Parts: sequence; C-alpha cells; structure tokens
Amino acid sequence: MPNLEHPAYPAADLLHLESLVPCRESQVSMLLSIFGERHQFSFPSIFIYGHTSSGKTYVMQTLLTTLQLPHVFVNCVEYFTSRLLLEEILSQLQSCSSGTEQTSPVHCDTLNDFVRLFKQAVASQELQDQTLYIVLDRAEQLREMEANILPAFLRLQELTDRNVTVVLLSEIVWELFRPNIGCFEPFTMYFPDYSIGHLQKILSQNHPPEYSADFYAAYINILLGVFYMVCRDLKELRHLAALNFAKYCEPVVRGEANERDTRKLWKNIEPHLKKAMQTVYLREISSSQWERLQHDGGEPGQLKGLSAHTHVELPYYSKFLLIAAYLASYNPVRTDKRFFLKHHGKIRKTNFMKKHEKTSNHLLGPKPFPLDRLLAILYSIVDNRVAPTANIFSQITSLVTLQLLSTVGQSDQLDGPRYKCTVSLDFIRAIAR
Amino acid sequence: GCFVFKPSSKKRRWSEKTAHDFRSASSDSEDTELRFVTCQSLWNQIKSETEQIQEDLNKQLLDNLMSFLSRSHSNFQEKTAEWTCRMKFREIPTAALVLGVNVTDHDLTFRGLSDVLQDNITPYVALLEAKDCSGIKNLMQKLMGQLMNCDIDVDSLEDEDCVQVSPNRIRCSMPSLISWYDSATKKTDSGTPSKKRNSSSRHWQSPPVVVIFKDIESFTTKVLQDFIVISSQHIHELPLVLIFGIATSPMIIHRLLPHSVSSLLCIELFQSLSCKEHLSTIIDKLLLTSQFPFKLGEKVLQVLINIFLYHDFSVKNFIKGFQLCIVEHFYSQPLSVLCCHLVDIKKRVYSLSHDQCENIRRLLSFRRYVEKQESGKQIELLTNDSALKGETEKLLEDLHVYHENYISILRCLHVFTSSLPKYPLGKQIRELHCACLENRVWETEEYESSLQLARMLNKTDLVTMLQQCVGILVSSSGKEFDKTVEKLKEFLTQFQKLEEASQERDVSVSSQKELQKKTDLYHLQKTLLELKESRKSKKLTKFEMLRFEVVDYIDSLVRKYLVPADDRTLHEIVYFNTAAVLRGHLNAAPRTALHTALNNPYWYLKNQALKCDGGGISNKAPDICIVYKLHLECGRLINLVDWLEAFSTVVMAAEEPVADAASSDQVDDIIHARFIRAVSELELLGFIKPSKQKTDHVARLTWGGC
Repeated sequence: MPNLEHPAYPAADLLHLESLVPCRESQVSMLLSIFGERHQFSFPSIFIYGHTSSGKTYVMQTLLTTLQLPHVFVNCVEYFTSRLLLEEILSQLQSCSSGTEQTSPVHCDTLNDFVRLFKQAVASQELQDQTLYIVLDRAEQLREMEANILPAFLRLQELTDRNVTVVLLSEIVWELFRPNIGCFEPFTMYFPDYSIGHLQKILSQNHPPEYSADFYAAYINILLGVFYMVCRDLKELRHLAALNFAKYCEPVVRGEANERDTRKLWKNIEPHLKKAMQTVYLREISSSQWERLQHDGGEPGQLKGLSAHTHVELPYYSKFLLIAAYLASYNPVRTDKRFFLKHHGKIRKTNFMKKHEKTSNHLLGPKPFPLDRLLAILYSIVDNRVAPTANIFSQITSLVTLQLLSTVGQSDQLDGPRYKCTVSLDFIRAIAR
Repeated sequence: GCFVFKPSSKKRRWSEKTAHDFRSASSDSEDTELRFVTCQSLWNQIKSETEQIQEDLNKQLLDNLMSFLSRSHSNFQEKTAEWTCRMKFREIPTAALVLGVNVTDHDLTFRGLSDVLQDNITPYVALLEAKDCSGIKNLMQKLMGQLMNCDIDVDSLEDEDCVQVSPNRIRCSMPSLISWYDSATKKTDSGTPSKKRNSSSRHWQSPPVVVIFKDIESFTTKVLQDFIVISSQHIHELPLVLIFGIATSPMIIHRLLPHSVSSLLCIELFQSLSCKEHLSTIIDKLLLTSQFPFKLGEKVLQVLINIFLYHDFSVKNFIKGFQLCIVEHFYSQPLSVLCCHLVDIKKRVYSLSHDQCENIRRLLSFRRYVEKQESGKQIELLTNDSALKGETEKLLEDLHVYHENYISILRCLHVFTSSLPKYPLGKQIRELHCACLENRVWETEEYESSLQLARMLNKTDLVTMLQQCVGILVSSSGKEFDKTVEKLKEFLTQFQKLEEASQERDVSVSSQKELQKKTDLYHLQKTLLELKESRKSKKLTKFEMLRFEVVDYIDSLVRKYLVPADDRTLHEIVYFNTAAVLRGHLNAAPRTALHTALNNPYWYLKNQALKCDGGGISNKAPDICIVYKLHLECGRLINLVDWLEAFSTVVMAAEEPVADAASSDQVDDIIHARFIRAVSELELLGFIKPSKQKTDHVARLTWGGC
C-alpha cells in the first residue's frame, strides 16, 4: 500500500486522510505533489475527470478539509449564471477564513469586477502566503456560460497575480471543453472507475455497529454479485445496501441462522435482491414503499410499478387523431392513395410493398407530416363524417402539449404546421383496441 | 374549488349587465327580472352542489397525498444518527399524480390540493407551470417569488418590513432560499404565544416545502434535471417535496429524466378518479335528481356528452355547457319563470300576465292536451285565464311527480339492464336515460332484446336485482311506490318459497335415481327416454313462471313511468331542447364559418343584392369573396396574372357589359389595387402563401378544390 508522504504536512493528518480515501491513494499523492507546500505556487488550473461517482468531489473535499487548505467549493449546476457563480465564490471567500458570519452581499457582474474584488478579498484576509483553491464541480456547465468564463478561470492565477489554483471537476474529457479560440491548457488528471474489489472494500468500510465487519462484508459480496452487472455507481450501491440489509439480517434476528451461516443467508437474500433490481433500482417503486413492503412482509407483486400504468385514456377523436398521426409518420406519402382511397386497385402488390417497407420505416423513426395530411387521413379512417370544428384542432394542440405529437420546425402556425408522432407502435396498438 | 373565478366586484357588474341584456332582448319585459333571478339562484345551487361533489370525489386522493406528505419528512427534525439513515441516500420525496388527459380539470384539483396543503401541512406551497419555467433561472425566480410571498401572506400584519424583499433584489439561488426557510421557520417558533399556538396546531415545527409541477409533460428535460440535482444537494437543509402532475402515464418520468436523476427521487404514484366516473357522478347527482327544476332534453344532453366523450374528457367543460343551457333556457323561453321549485309554483302561476297565458296556450304540448279535453273545458282553458292558471298549476305538479317517479324507475331499470350480457341498452345510466328521453323506450328493439335476456336471468341474480330495486324505491321520494314495493317483496318471498320447494324436490329426485340404479340397462334407457319426452312437453317450471311474471311487471312499470318527457304536457317549461343553439356555441367550426362567409357573403351580410347568387360569381360581392371563389378553381400553385385577369373579368362584367376590346388587355389600376388588397387579405387568413418555386405564383394552403 502506497503511503502518503509529503514533507509539508504532518504525518498524522496524512494518515487520517489515507484512511478516508480508500483506493484513491495514488491520485491523492499525485495531487499533493502538484500542490506542493502551502506557500508555493501550484499549477494554475487542474482538470480532473472520471466517470460518475469515481470519487472526484469526495476526494477533493476531504483532501482540502483534512489538510485545512483554504478553498472555495462551488457546484456549477447550482449557480447557473456566471453572475451567481462569481458572487458565490466571492462570498465563500469572505467567510472562509475571516471567520465572521457577517458577509455583506457582493455584487459582481463581470469577470473584470471579479478579478478586482478577488484581489481585495485575498488581500484583506491574509491569504497571500497560502495557495487558495477554487474547486468548480460539474465544470461542464461552464461551457454554457459566457465565452470568457472558462478561459479566465483557467488562467486566474495570471490574471489576479495571486497564489490561486482552480480545480475543475467534470465527467467528460477535456477535449470537449477546449474552446475554439484556444486557451490555457490545464493539467488533466483521470480518476479511473472503482473496480469490484475497490467497491467491496469501500462499501464494507462502514458497517453497522450492531454487526461485525465480516458479516457485513459477506453481505456486500452478495449484493455486488447481483448488482455489479447493472450498476457500478457507488452511491446507488450504498443506498441499495442500506435498503436491503434489514432483510439480510432477518434470519439472524429470528435466530434461525447465525452470522456464519452464509449459505442460508444467501438463499434468503438472493431472490429478494433480484426483485429489488427490477423494482427499486429502476425507481419503479420508491425506496420508502420498498421498505414498508419489507416491513410488512408483503409481496412486491402487489405494488404496481410506474411502468405498469402505461394505458392512457383518450377521447374518441384524440385516439383517431393519434392513429392518423402515426400512420402519417410511418407511411410514405405515396402509399396514402393506395391505403385510404376507395378505389385503389393492385391490392396484392400493395401488401407486399407494405411488408417490405414497414421494417425499414420503423427503424428510421417518425417522419414529419403537414397538418392537412393528418386531417385527410383522419377523415378517411373515421367512419362517420367529422366536422373540422375548433374542438378537433384544439385536440391536436393538446396532443402536442401531452408530448404524444411534437411540432417540427419553428415556422409560423399559419404557414402549414408540421407534426411528428412520438408514440410507439405498442402504444398505438393499445389505443386502437 | 369553484369554477368561475371572477373578483366579486367585477361579477356584480357583469350580472347587472346581464340582467339588462335579458330585459332588452326579450319581447315581454315583465318577467325578465324574475327569470334572471331564478336563473341565478338555480345556477348558484347547482354550482355549490357540483363543488360539493367534486370535493367528495377528490377526498380520497387528497387524503392519500396528505398522509404521504406528512410521512415524507417525518424524520427531518429527528436527525437520527441511526446507521441506515446515515448510509441511505437522501432522496427527494416525490408524488407522481396521474390526473388523466383532461388538462382543463386539473386546475381545480391543484387548487383544492394547495388549499388543503396550506390548511393542514405547510404554508409553503409553490405551483409551477411549464410556460413560466423556460429556464432554470425562471423556475427559481418563480419558485422563490411564490414561496416568499406566501410567507408575507401568513403574517402580513406583524412584521412586514423585515420580510419585504422584492424578488428582483434577492439572488435566485438555493442558499438564499434555505436562509429564507431557516428564518421563516425560526420566526414562527419564536413568535408571540398566540401566534405560536395557531401555527403549531396546523403545521409542524419545520413544515415541508411543497413544489407542484402542474404539467410535467411540458417542462423541458434540462430544467427539471437541473432543479432536481440542485435541490437534492440541499435536501438536508430544506425539506422539499415534489408533486408531478401527470396527464398521460407515469412512464413520462422515465422519459424525461435519465436514471442518474430519477435515482435522486423517491417516487410514489397517486391516481385520481377517471374522468368518466367523474362525469357519471355529476350526471347522477345533477341530472338524475328531482332536486333541480331545470332539465336537459335528450338532444342537448347528447351534444354535451358527445363533446365530452369525443373531444375533451373535461368535466369542467361539461358543467360550463350545462350552465350555458340554463342561461339560454331562461333567456329564450319566457315561460321559464315557472321553472322553479314546487313551493313557488302556485304564487308564480297566479301572478302570470295575460301575455304569458297566451304563451302557455301557444305551447305545442298544451295544445295537444287541450285537444284531448271535452269541448266545454277546451273553451274555458282557451278563454279564461284563471281556469288556465289552475290547470297549469296542476299540470306542473304532475310534471314534478312524473320526474320523481321517472328517476326511481329509471334506476330500477338500470339495475336490470346493466347486468345483461352485451348491454343492449347501454352500460351507463346516462345511456339509458338518453334512450328513455328520446322516445318510448319500450318500442325500441334494444328494449325488446334486453327483456328477452332478462327472461333468461338466473335466480340469484334476479333476487339480488329485485332487492336492489326495493332499496331504490324505498329510498325514493315518490309517493306512489308503496304498492310497487309490496309487489316486489311478494316476488321475493315467492322466490324464497320456491327455493325451499326445490330443495325438497332435489331429495325426491335423488331417491328416484337410487331406484333407477337397480334396474337393468334396457329399462334405464327406456325411463330416460320417457323423462326426456316429459321434459319436452312439460310446462314451464314454477321458477320460470315467476321469472316471466317479474319481467312483465318491470315492463309494466316502465310503460307506466318512463314515458318520454316530450309526451308530457308543459314539458317546454322545464326542458331545454334546442340542441342546435348549443352546438353552435360549443362546437365552433372556424373553417366552415370562414368558408361560408367567403363563399356566401349573404349569410352574414344580409344584403339583398348578394342573395340572387346561384353557383356563379357575383361581381357585387366583396372583392375578397370573388378572389376566394376564383382561387377555389385553381390547383396547388396559382398564377397571379391569370388570377388577376379572371378577377377583372368578373368585376368588369357588370360595370361595362359591352367592354372595349382595346382596353381589355390593360387592367385598370384601381382594379389592380383592389385585387392586390384582396389577395393579401387571403394571405392573412392563411389560404395562400408566396411560393418559392415560381416567383409569379402563390401556393394554396387549403385543399379540397383540386
């Protein structure tokens, strides 16, 4: 096991840090060596990327707090405009080392202001001798802000002429960030996914106080055996582990098995976990419902999941409109005459053609069609006469708001609007019945 | 909740104006005031009744939601240090509320929901609509505005100055929301004793913040995702609960949100009553009751139900249509003064003017009635006003009794027809009601076939149906049913006896079988053949006889009580039957109207000069009509030059019958200008648009001509 070593920080802190970040020792030691000592200037910007829940945010946060490095931690999703983001950084900066709660609201609209205010804040808080870390989580959101934000953050050290390092955390690679106009290249660092062994180790680390670590580790082993195929998200796995642990303990609590009786416990929990994979994991039923079920000892079959309620009740003409829209979306225009006109002739050939075309059309997805074609098909598939009343037209619009149809193109509504049918064949079949 | 939301002052003005309208439009001005007042009071009664019904219908759903909400953050204050709580991911409690496609009705449900929430659970409720939330910024702005305003509303008297922050000033971010929440909850804690009691009795210490997304389908994916991600990070500080209003199916959640986001939610499903059941209840409580004097005729009811079933599924619109019927009836029928409760009838009948009496005499149903009377009475009814009034009162009371009986017997008949295979008379009572209103139901084929089927019912079904009928008749307000109930009970006892008898017979049959077993095969065959013979020729069993009797009795009840309303005298007073008016108001046909206006301008303009038109194009018609008619003859692309020439020919035709050959190829400037104006008007109406394919052509946007 690589021990963390760095001359600048006390060994006890490092040891503590090491225990907090299992399986990320090499990344932490790499970061530490980039950071250097407190007063040393570090690399201006560091870009860390890795898949969901590979510990980027967690590692950064624990690293900075355990070693008590001055830092600002901002989530870019939460501060969705550049103004909010900059103001949040400044206000955190004010409160981070001054200790006083009283923070006057800062107003900062542009980056220019930010640099000025930043310099002031750093100067007033005696932070000059330490490196300040600004961590921007979910940094991919920066791309959607003004064009100057991302390049400016990357070279903030140079712009402010202060000892500051910006750390960007993201799930996507640096290549997707690089702006067209070019920018300062940050130091990029990759956090690899946790392997199954890592997951096992991390998950078994915090076991419930009532049970032994080995017992819990065995449980985690079974859990990973079931879920590793579909889910490698540490957060999700931990959630699932907590949800189902009560069930696992049941035989032990009842006294039917002891903690070592792994086989018996496995037999008890395995079908349960499989059911959990089909329901809770997919959010078909909620975790609180799942817990209640477990508690009452009921069968999960009683509770219908979200996807069980697929049937949508629609008014009579809405059904026909939707069917007409489906036909218009998936049938080519030239076949309309054959399908919907009374005297079309050549039936045999048509059938053959239809079969041939259908597969390819379904693979291609829905095609847009004009309103008039929709109405023409509607008139031909409804038995009795349909008056083109406002009710029919408003139904088309309400189908659009229900997202069963969608408008194509933003052109003027007078200009012959075009629609697309967005529902599946199964849905249409259910409606047509 | 209620339907018409108008500020009270505005409404008063509106109603005064309507009263005036009532007066000015109708010919006899005496009763208009009274008619208007009657109409208003009737509508108010109906309105409060519907509100009550809807409250009752939603109660179950709201109760479920309440318990969900109170459960959702029960462990928020406790801050349990338990292992499972620490390990578990804190999900945002979310209620997926499936409301059905009748979006217009949702408003009502949501309003009721937020009222109940504010009364029982939390003052912090925000209602968000997709049209206000195009970006996450707008969403946050809207949310904070609503939440902070509601706080001001709660304690507006005491400390306005410290909460008064304009929504533009505060930063729209989660931390400011959290700090607001902290200060708001803390304030209620440390408030004055009286206030504290008040707040703690209704809400808890830290009430959840409920955010309702009215129409989840219309929200953009990104906004929703961002909001959920942000709020899940602060769920420990801000007890948030989301409610998604879903119109289609809960699958939409999975379509809108990727797994990484939906895993932040703890979704529970709630389903509201289907709108069809809702409508059935409304019809049951509003139409199939003698509580309200006003009735809908068959055609009108059919129009309303058709709009509901074919177009919108909206109960709100149904009730609006019903309201329109009431207003229209009281507006157009002068005799509707008499459409009032039974207690008022006498007074109103005797205060009728002579004109009104003449109106009564003019009623078709009354004329039929008079013709049936003997000549002496005929003369009296037609000449003596007071005799007429006496007769009218009696007839109206008869009509009332008829309604009471009608409804009870209708329900009894429905008990029978709703359990028959294939439902020849319809499954719902509304279908049966329509059938009975339309014409004599016993003359229809469906009725015949349902009687046939009823004659084949088995005993247990029959007995339960009879019991149900007895229940209906006993609880009904009609006075004539004592005998009927007796008769039905008699049937029931007979069935009971029959059962006992059959049990005895079963015993005897089995003994007979014992005997048969001992004989040889030949004899057995013989006896079986005999048995078969006897069964063929045998008369109906007692049960079958009784069954026929029951069915015949029901049939007689139907013939007696379910007479269509059109056959009753004075039905015009309480029945609204002009479906055409209603259809015109509710089933607007813009294309048809436009076509009529352009094709036959006389229809709207009523100018005699335009009338003569047969199929040709009159030059007296407005320019746009001429242009429109000409364009109907063209294909998809219209050549402007040809069109102009045709136009000028038509226009010139009358002005100078013998046109100059020389000037004919040069079009007059004025005509040219008129043509251009007419064409651009057509373009504005959306019939044509400039085409990119050919410069001097325009494209037709409507079809039908070619």
